[in-house]
Formats: sequence, structure tokens, C-alpha cells
Amino acid sequence: MSDKEIDEISGTETTGHEWDGIKELNTPMPRWWVITFYITIIWAVGYMIAYPAIPWVNSATKGFLGYSSRADVATEMAAAEAVQSQYVDRIATMPVEEISSHPDLLQFAVAGGSAAYKVNCVQCHGSGAQGAPGYPNLNDDSWLWGGDINAIYQTIAHGVRFDGDDDTRYSEMPAFNDILEPEEIRQVAAYVVSLTGEPSDPSLVEPGSVIYAENCADCHGDDGKGDIELGAPNLADAIWFYGDDENQIATQIANPQHGVMPAWAERLGDTVIKQLAVFVHSLGGGQ
Amino acid sequence: MTDTISQKPDVEQFDAQAVNAAWARKPLYEASRKIFPKRASGQFRRFKWIIMLVTLGIYYLTPWLRWDRGAYAPDQAVLVDIANRRFYFFWIEIWPQEFFYVAGLLVMAGFGLFLVTSAVGRAWCGYTCPQTVWVDLFLVVERAIEGERHQRMKLDAAPWTLNKIAKRVSKHVSWLLIAVATGGAWIFYFADAPTLLVDAITGNAAMVAYGTVAVLAATTYVFGGLMREQVCTYMCPWPRIQAAMLDEQSLVVTYNDWRGEPRSRHVKKAKAEGKVVGDCVDCNACVVVCPMGIDIRDGQQLECITCALCIDACDGVMEKLNRPRGLIAYATLDEYSDNMATATAGGTSTINPDLVRDADGSFKNGVRHFNWRIIFRFRTMFYFGVWALVGIGLLVALGARNRLELNVLHDRNPLYVTLSDGSIRNGYTVKLLNMIPEPRTIFLSLEGLPGATMSITGIDQPEGRSFAVPVDPDKLRTIKVYIRQPLGNVEAGKTQFRLKAEDKGSNESDVYNAAFDAPEKK
Repeated sequence: MSDKEIDEISGTETTGHEWDGIKELNTPMPRWWVITFYITIIWAVGYMIAYPAIPWVNSATKGFLGYSSRADVATEMAAAEAVQSQYVDRIATMPVEEISSHPDLLQFAVAGGSAAYKVNCVQCHGSGAQGAPGYPNLNDDSWLWGGDINAIYQTIAHGVRFDGDDDTRYSEMPAFNDILEPEEIRQVAAYVVSLTGEPSDPSLVEPGSVIYAENCADCHGDDGKGDIELGAPNLADAIWFYGDDENQIATQIANPQHGVMPAWAERLGDTVIKQLAVFVHSLGGGQ
Repeated sequence: MTDTISQKPDVEQFDAQAVNAAWARKPLYEASRKIFPKRASGQFRRFKWIIMLVTLGIYYLTPWLRWDRGAYAPDQAVLVDIANRRFYFFWIEIWPQEFFYVAGLLVMAGFGLFLVTSAVGRAWCGYTCPQTVWVDLFLVVERAIEGERHQRMKLDAAPWTLNKIAKRVSKHVSWLLIAVATGGAWIFYFADAPTLLVDAITGNAAMVAYGTVAVLAATTYVFGGLMREQVCTYMCPWPRIQAAMLDEQSLVVTYNDWRGEPRSRHVKKAKAEGKVVGDCVDCNACVVVCPMGIDIRDGQQLECITCALCIDACDGVMEKLNRPRGLIAYATLDEYSDNMATATAGGTSTINPDLVRDADGSFKNGVRHFNWRIIFRFRTMFYFGVWALVGIGLLVALGARNRLELNVLHDRNPLYVTLSDGSIRNGYTVKLLNMIPEPRTIFLSLEGLPGATMSITGIDQPEGRSFAVPVDPDKLRTIKVYIRQPLGNVEAGKTQFRLKAEDKGSNESDVYNAAFDAPEKK
């Protein structure tokens, strides 16, 4: 180890290790590389002290700089909320029907309502608010409980036939298979179809009109146009909630289905409900 | 030299050497040798001064030109407004979707470069390339501070005295100032120049502005001051590409060895000895002025940027010696080869300049000289044709382009909505582009789709077939349009119709073919 041996051919120092006359040249890593390597080690130690690094069972070291990615997210969220507050605060104090007269608030409410809709409403009403049998289409101009912005707001806030809310929308149509004979139900169904201008059997329609006047007109009206106050659907329009086929209508008369919509006031808060109401109203059918 | 005489006559010996023979091997990375170009004077140097003034003037002054576009657009003649995504060039305003005009300009620049190179060689490199122009500018500064070539060489070799330090510091500080001014001018193309200047000086400009200035100042200083010819030789791809652009008819800076060789420093003595003597007196004037540090007498080479300063230097010497100018000159390979054939008697002898001269010393009639007509040949005309076609195409497209555009996006979810009276409603997102810097009222009307009416969210007007929509100057307005067709008119499936946007003032209009969806069967 004392004196260095120099390889004759390459002029490079050897390590002194020899196998069958073959000697290993001593060609260490370049100095700059080694120094950089040591610096990264020192840096890593400093990094572990300064930042969260070593995991314990239930937590981890905090680091002297007190950095936390969760805190970063919280800061960014707070910043975003601060930016939104200029709109949110005004919406909170404003009656819902006034929002649309402020273009900036209208834009914000439609965007915010659209986001809330995608999270909470699409499951039943569909991603395009197009509805499904038993779930109303929110794009059209037919409203069970009223299509002006206040009525929409009220429906979203308190729901329909929702047990947990005293102000919920409530209506119940009796099951007419206990009251009418099957033949009579078919006659009423034929009469109801005729209200929309669709063809149906005149021999059924005539007796049907009499039965309708006795049993149905109280809620659905003499002309079949329904009553929003009672939640009685309009039977004379082109939109059918549970299907427009005469048999489907007969089934609904005999043993009506009643959908339930939860009240959202408690879960979403007043400002989000307002935004949702503005959004639904903006879909094209708002009155 | 090695002894090539064979010991055994039956074995052939070769006078050859491996390209990487160990005894001749040089280090891969040789330190670059400094170049101290001498100042040249003459017609090409004058021409280069003018070009330098013009190009630098264009670069530094353009952002300060004003152009009145009215109240709703900036008044800077050339402005790349990245924040608002608009590009202004005098009377032309370009929106992002019209960026193909810039692509067209790049195509023109490409063919322009081909055209210039095939006609007059690397004129771009020698005269107008920013690298060349800024190196020239930096050399002016260097000469003013450190003196002419021999003084600079002496200073470079001298030990570090106070004088040398002072000169070097002032040179580099001057270079850095030019570099900062160069980077500084660049940012003015991207914002209102007077405002930005004040902001930049008072420290109120955006960080990206300072960053851009810093990066461009650094590259200007390093490329123009420190690296100079190395940029052209090692970094730039153009010297490689130019080989494909040049042909036998291209003008390149040429040393006419058919009249210059054999060169001699002692002409009288050589003539007295009865030797053949060429025009070159081997004074090396062409070498000392070369900013690339090459010897043009070695022939065409990659490093040569054809700045023609060696022509100026040589012409000066030839005039002093009362010999015709043009020993180094712009010449084509064709001319050169013909003259070379004359001087070597068709390649049968070494160069003999007497073969190209008459007894009185003037050139013989057969000697070819530069002829302007050589520029008008198929290749250059082809490049010019393509260049001009692209240019005309761009101008026509620019003249005919529409400053009012209409885009219609049909709602897909839901495709259609059945209303209580049985009519069908479709929703559309309509984008109206008012591409002039003036407010306009655009009339949106329905064509086709019998009985249908539309309503627009945010515009308080009863349902109808035509709406007046105000659009802000130089802005896009997005509106939500609902179109409703009564039950009696609805056709099953998809129906084509047209939406038309019209500016009644300028009679500009745009039409969009849209589709109206209804249930497949009623």
C-alpha cells in the first residue's frame, strides 16, 4: 500500500490487486462528481430536518420549517373562497328572484349551480337535466310545483313528500282500484288521452268524461290542466310523467306511484340552493 | 517522412496513415484560438455599415411606431399582445385562429432564404444575420476601447496591469450595456412600449419581462461578445444546410487562384529568376480582416459566412499594386472552373497566370467575369415563383378574410326537449366574433325551419326569427339560443337549417349550417 504502482501502458495508477498478471487500474470517479455526490448527501440531511420526512406509526416528523401540503391546500382553498365571497356574500343576502338582474351574479350562480347540480342532482334528473320516467325533465316548461324561480327554490330547499321536512311539497293521489271498477279506469284513461288531442276510442271517452268529472276534476281541473297549488299534474299537455301510453295511464290511475325528492336546505345551505334554483331556471323552461 | 522504398520489390508499400494514428492524435477538445479581425474598408464594408444601421434601426425603433386603431385597440404599430391573444401589424390584426398567416410568413421566409442563397450565396449569414450584425457592433466597441488588431493582440498577451484591467472592464461593461439594450428592446414588442419602459425602469414591470431581458442580454453578450465565430461554426445549422442550396451558378466569395498563383512575396526577384508569378503577393490582408479567422485562399469552406471583407482588403492591395481588382471576388463555380481550365491549359499544367493575360497584362477575351444574368436562371426563378405565390396567396386571403364570424354548438344533452304544447325545442351555444375594434350590432336570424322561433337568454325580446345582438369591440360574445318549432311543423329526426349573422352597417355576414333534432317518431 505504501508506494503507488503505475501501469506502463496506460500510465494510470493501479489498485495493486492482481489476477493472473492482470492488474486493476485505479480510475476513481471524477472529483467534481464525488463532491456533488457529497453535497447531495448533506442536502438530504438538511432536507430531512427542515421538512416532514420520517414516518412514525401514527404521524411523521414535522420539520423545522413547519411545511405541510395539507396547509398549502387549506391556504389555496381559503384564497379561492375569499375570491368567491364577493359573489357568495351578495347572493346570501339577496332574494333569489333578484339574482338574475345582476349579470355577474347570474353568471356566478349558473356556474356554481351547475357544479352543485352535477354532484347532487344528476343521479335522478340526469346529467343533461333531461329526467327519466318518474323523474321530471327540468328543461321543459311543464312544472309540477311551479316554474318561477321562487317555486323552484322552494322545491329544492324542502323537497317533495320528504318526511324530515315540515314545509315539504305534498300531494297524494288516491289509488282508484279501490274506488272504481277496472272498466271505469280504462274509460277514464281513454278520456285523459283524448284531452291531449291524441286519438282514443270514443265509446270509452264518453263514459270516461263523466267519471272524470266526478272523481278527478277536483284536483286536476275541469279542463285537465292540473293545479300547481295542489301538485296535480297537467293532463292536457304533451308531457307525461309515468308514460303516455293508455295502459300506463290506467296503471297510474289504479295504483299511482309517488316520487320522493329530499329536502336540500340543511345539506347544501341557502346560497347553494339559490344558485341551484338559478341554474335550473336558466335551463330554458323557467317562467 | 517515412521511407517508402521497399526492401522487397514484390511487396507494394503504401504511403498511408490511419486517420487516428496514435502518434498524430490530437486532443479532442482543442482550446479555440482567439481571432482579432482588422478593420476593413471598401465597398462591401460600407454596404455592411448601412445594413447594420438599417437592421438595428428596425429592431430598436419598430416598437415605438404608433398606429391609430381607434379607441378600442392599442395604438402600437407592431404588437404581440399575448395577454389578450391578438397580434397587431400596422393595419392588420390577427386573432389566434388566424395564426396560419404567420405560418405563411415563415414559409415565405424559408423560400426567401433559399432564393437568396441560390442567387448570391450566404448573403443572409454575411450581412443580415443578427449574429453577424451584433458581432460587428461588438467589434466596433472593442476597437474603440482596445485599438486595432495589433494593439489588441499585444494587450491580450500582456500581463494584467491596471491599464489592461481598465480596458477590459470598460469593454465588457459596454458589451453588457448593449446586451441589456438588445434584450430590453425585445420586450417592447409584447406590451405598450412607453408604458413598459417606465414600468421597467421603476421596477413595476412583470417578472417575465425582467426574465426575458436577462436571458436575451445573457445570450447577446455570450454569443456576440464571447463566442462570436464559434456560434456560426459549431452551433448554427445553416452552414450545413447551405451546401444543399448552392450550385455551380451561385455567387460565393472566391479566391481566383487562376490569376493569383503561384503566390510570391518577392515578385521582382522571382521574375528576375524567370519564374511564373501570380497576382497574390501573400500579404495575408485577407486573413487578418476575416471575422471567422480563415484563409479564403484555401477555397470554399464551411466557416466562411461570405461577409466579403476579404474582397475589400484584397482590392485595396491590388489597387496599390496597380493590378486589376477582383483577385478575391464574388464568383460562381462555373466561371471559376472555366478560368481555371484556361490558366492550367485544360488541366495539363500547374497554374500559369500568363495563360489568362495578354502581353500588355490585361485579361484575355475568353476570361469570364461576373455577369448579372446568371441570377435569372430556373432555380432562382422557381424559388422566387413559390415565394411570390405564397405571398400573393396570403395577401388575397388577408384581403378577403371575414371580420365577422359565427360558430354554433348544438346542445347534445339533451338533444331536444318536448314542451307541454308538444313543440320541440333545441338549445345552441352561439359564438359571435366581432373581429374589428369597434362595437357592432350583429343581427342573428333563422333561415329555414318553418314556423320555428328563437329566444336568446339575456336579451329581452319576445320570441322571433331575428335578433339584434350587441357585441363589444374586438370581442367574442357567447349567447345561449333556444329554437322552438311548433308540433305541426316538426319533422322527425334531423333537419338542417341555417343561422345567419349579419352586420347591416358593413354588409358583412357569416352563415352556419346547423341541425335541429326531433324525436325519430312522434
